[in-house]
Formats: sequence, structure tokens, C-alpha cells
Amino acid sequence: MTALYTLTDLSKRYTRGKESITIFEQLDMTIDQGDFISIMGPSGSGKTTLLNLLGGIDRPSSGAVDCEGTRVDKLSEGKLAKWRSQHVGFIFQFYNLMPTLSAAQNVELPLLLTNLSGKERKRRVETALDIVGILDRKGHRPAQLSGGQQQRVGIARAIVADPKVLLCDEPTGDLDRNTADEVLETLQLLNRELNKTIVMVTHDPAAAGYASKELHLDKGRFVAKENT
Amino acid sequence: MRQTLAVISLNLRSIPRRLGMSTATVGAVALVVAVLLGFQAIGNGFRATAERSGAEDIAIMLREGSQAELNSGLSRDQARLIEVADGVARDETDSGIISAELYVIVDGVLRGAQTEANLGLRGMEANGPAMRQGFSLVEGRMFSPGAAELIVGEGVRREFLGFELGQEIRLGTNDWTVVGIFSTGGTVFDSEVWSDLGVLQNLYQRGSSVQSVRARLTSPDGLERLQAYVENEPRLNLDVQTEAEFFAGQSSGTAGVISSLGWPLSIVMAIGALAGAWNTLYSSVDARAREIATLRAIGFSGLSAFTGTMAEAVMLSAIGGAAGTAIAVLFFNGLSFQGLGDSFTQVVFDLSVTWDSIETGIALAIMVGVLGGLFPAIRAARMPILAVHRSS
Repeated sequence: MTALYTLTDLSKRYTRGKESITIFEQLDMTIDQGDFISIMGPSGSGKTTLLNLLGGIDRPSSGAVDCEGTRVDKLSEGKLAKWRSQHVGFIFQFYNLMPTLSAAQNVELPLLLTNLSGKERKRRVETALDIVGILDRKGHRPAQLSGGQQQRVGIARAIVADPKVLLCDEPTGDLDRNTADEVLETLQLLNRELNKTIVMVTHDPAAAGYASKELHLDKGRFVAKENT
Repeated sequence: MRQTLAVISLNLRSIPRRLGMSTATVGAVALVVAVLLGFQAIGNGFRATAERSGAEDIAIMLREGSQAELNSGLSRDQARLIEVADGVARDETDSGIISAELYVIVDGVLRGAQTEANLGLRGMEANGPAMRQGFSLVEGRMFSPGAAELIVGEGVRREFLGFELGQEIRLGTNDWTVVGIFSTGGTVFDSEVWSDLGVLQNLYQRGSSVQSVRARLTSPDGLERLQAYVENEPRLNLDVQTEAEFFAGQSSGTAGVISSLGWPLSIVMAIGALAGAWNTLYSSVDARAREIATLRAIGFSGLSAFTGTMAEAVMLSAIGGAAGTAIAVLFFNGLSFQGLGDSFTQVVFDLSVTWDSIETGIALAIMVGVLGGLFPAIRAARMPILAVHRSS
């Protein structure tokens, strides 16, 4: 397997008033291309912080975040934004869809940062919506969709620019069990069929079971457990 | 560019979610622009009326140093010297075409307010009416020499009580009969009442003195010849200028003051509108914090977030500016108005909302938008991307 991410001596500290809070210290980690990793751990253990560092929406206090030879932690704000648009798809707990846009328009957003023609953008949007099984709802606004449908739109938006990695923050945290299973099956499909690397933060052991690798973050260290 | 347009579109589409605050901002800006345009319409109307009133081929002579007819005084003999002056046109009997005039202030009653207001009563010689460009008798006849008869400007009949054709009216201690209604096409003279000079001098015990003399010039260089004549005649101590110059000077002060009055009021109101815009746009940015952060996480730039918020601000203020302009045009433009002129008499004129004023009003609205949007837009551009994890 080829390493997609290599995290070396990664530390993250926050300052609250005069108090310094250490989230993790000198963390090392490798994520291979095609991995489906779930990260679990107690609240405040730094799961989401780690996801933010992988996605380049936060910076480490020290250490390196390397993605295919690119030092993500060293990129300027402008280059980091471009890197995110090309390499990472985000899936959020509360979907984070634009309420005034239709499903198709929401999915199209990442493509507006490319030079693709309108026709090509439309084709890719419809393909992404088809993959997540919600093409028939492409004209609906988020308020007209169920939670599960909204999350599918969120997934379509995350994959439409064809990033290598999907970073999922509690993607089923706001869904009922059956809907959550459907969404997780979709993620599993993307991992298996499209070879997307997925890193998913979750509190839900059932959700974590869909991943091929389960990691527990505890006292700044990972404990790995391979799923079957 | 595409990402900026997308963010602008998102901002504008989200306006209905803050309809109340957005409407208040639009309304505040509309009020600012309407007030500014209202004052400017008064100034523009007064200036246009005054400037329309002056002819280039008519000279007006006042006592040296007098700024207005009320301050001036000439003897009958001085008037006769002007009649034979070089540069003054002559009629078929070889008499100089001049009109010696006396101008007094009388009280009239305004139709709308039912209150007394100053009204200019002008006594003039036979040449007087024809020396006003655009003069026409629209009803009745001319006053007769030696009779206590009046002809009344259209503006006076429209705005004052008691000046209908055939009506008798008491002005001061004297009774007059209205025998004619005249128009000069919307000049300041439409706000005057005219009578025979001799009658007015007699009733107001002014002897043979007058306050101004108007003279028709022979040609464009007639003014210089007339000025040279007056300068070389020791019995004449007069300021000589064309009627156009006289009214331009008269109007610039009053119109300028009226137009300028609108600015301080508008600026104070604009500061209020600015506060409203800030409030609305800060709310907009806060309400969309997660959306902005999500776009940034996807890869949209901070500049696009800045531009989107600025576009929302400018759009709201531009709508306000357009609404204010519409109010001014609909309710002020062409409205008949009376204001105090330079001779302390009521001048009737039509308010005029000009393109220049509209451009100024829209520019003010856009400025409110730009200033109102600036700090919220900076806040949007600096929105931490970690706000993507907010629950709402």
C-alpha cells in the first residue's frame, strides 16, 4: 500500500487564558491510499482536531503533516485553499449545505473552483448525485430533503471534484440507525469501488465497524484494531 | 471570478432570510437619499427659475452697491438720462426702450397654509411687460395708466387667495382690481403682481423715485457702451449689468444655501443608516458563519467571502438609493413650491430633481453601502474555518 498521509511528531496545543491545553503530543501516524479508517475516543480527545489537521483547516503546534510529498502544514493560506479544493472532500455531521441552493447547486460548488465548462460541471454533478442515489432530488433544496438525503448531497459534494481523501466528522451523528447504515454503506462503496481514502471520526461503535481500520485515540496515542 | 460570483449569488439569495433587517436598511438609505434630493430639488428649482428669468439683451440698473432692488433708489431724472444713453435700443419714435420700476412688498394670503406671506408688487412703465422674455397676457387685459388695476402672475394666482380675474383685493390701505393674468413661462416674475408705475408711486407716497431701471440693449456690445455712458455721466451712480447676470447672482446665494442645507441633515441621517447597515450585515455574517466557513473549507478564498458581503451591502444600499430617488421623483419633481426669494418675497417655482442630484444621491447611497459593508466583510473574510463544526 502507498502512504497517502504521513504525520510525524505532531503536537497540538491550545491556549485558554493563561492555561495551555495539550490535545496530543508527538503523534506519529500513516494513512495509506485506499484506507477506510474510523477514529474513536472520548470527548475532547482530539479526534476532530486531528481531522482538521489532515484537511488543512487547522495547523499543528509542531510536527509535520505530509500528504503525497506536500507539507500541508507549511502551505500559505491561498495555497492551502487550493490544495483542499483538489485533494480533500469534507463530510460534516450537520451536512453544511447552503440552504438557498438546490441539491445540484450545492454539489456544484467545488467545481466552481475549476476551469470546467458548465456542461462538464453539470455532467459531473449528476454523476455524483447518481452515485449516492439521489439524482431524482437534484432540484430540491435542503429544507425539502430528509436528514439522510441531505447527508447524501453532502457526500456527493465531497466526491464531485474527485479528491483522493474524504474526511468525515460524525457523518451519521444526526441520523437514525437505518439512515445511518445507508450512509455508511455508501461510504463503504466509495472506498471499495472508487478507492477513496476515508477518515471518519465517530462516537458510534456500529459506524466504526464499517471501516477497515478502527483507531482509538487515547491519551495522545492511537490503539489500532483491524476490522474484518 | 466564478467563485466570487457564486458567493455573491449566495449572499444575495440569503437576503430574504433577514427580510426585516434588510428592509429597514433599505428604508433608512431611501430616506437619506429622498431628503437629500428633496433639498436639492428646492435649490435646483429656485436656481432654474431665477436663471430663466434673466435676459441677455436687457440691462438692469440699480444704485451703486445695491445688491437687490429693495435697497436701491433712483430719481426720475436719472431714469430720463438712461433713456437717451448710448447702447439703449430705441422705438419708432426714437425714444429709448426703458422701464423705470418701483418694487414694494405687500401681504398676500397663501392658499394652502392660510397664512400671510410677502408678495412683490411692481409698478412699471408701459415698456415693462414686453421687456420680460416669454411675457404673455393669458387672461383679461393690461392695467390702464392711472388706474388702481393689477395684472397678476400665474404663480400668484395659483398659490395666493384673492387674485382671481375681476376680483377686488385690498393690499395695505389700498383697493385694487385684478384685470389680467400674465405668464412669463415660469420665471420669478410669475410670482409678482404688476401695476402702473405712477399709481404705485402715488399710493405709496414715493414721489417720482424708482428703484430700478430696465433698458433694452441695441446689440450684444450695447452693455459695454451703456456701462461706459454711465461711468462718464457724473449724475449717474449706478451698477449696470444684464438681467441674466443679475438673476444668476441673486440665485446662487439662495439656491446654494437651500441645496447645502440638505447635506448636513442627510449626513446625520446617513450615519444612522450606516449603523443600520452594520447591524444588518454583521447579523448576516454571523447567521452565515457556518456557510462561509464551509465554503472556505471547500477551497473558496477569503476574498470571495469579503466580496460577497460587500455585494450584499452595496445591493441593499443601491436598492435604498433607487427607492429614495423614486420617492423624490414621484413626490417632489414638478411640485409647485413657494420660497422666500432674495427680495424677501415669496417666489413660486417648481421643484426639480435633476440627473446631477440623482447621481449625487445614488453615490451617497453606494457610499453608505461600502462603508456599512466594509467591516462586516472583513469579518466574513477572517471567519475561522473551524466554524464548519458549529451546529447551526
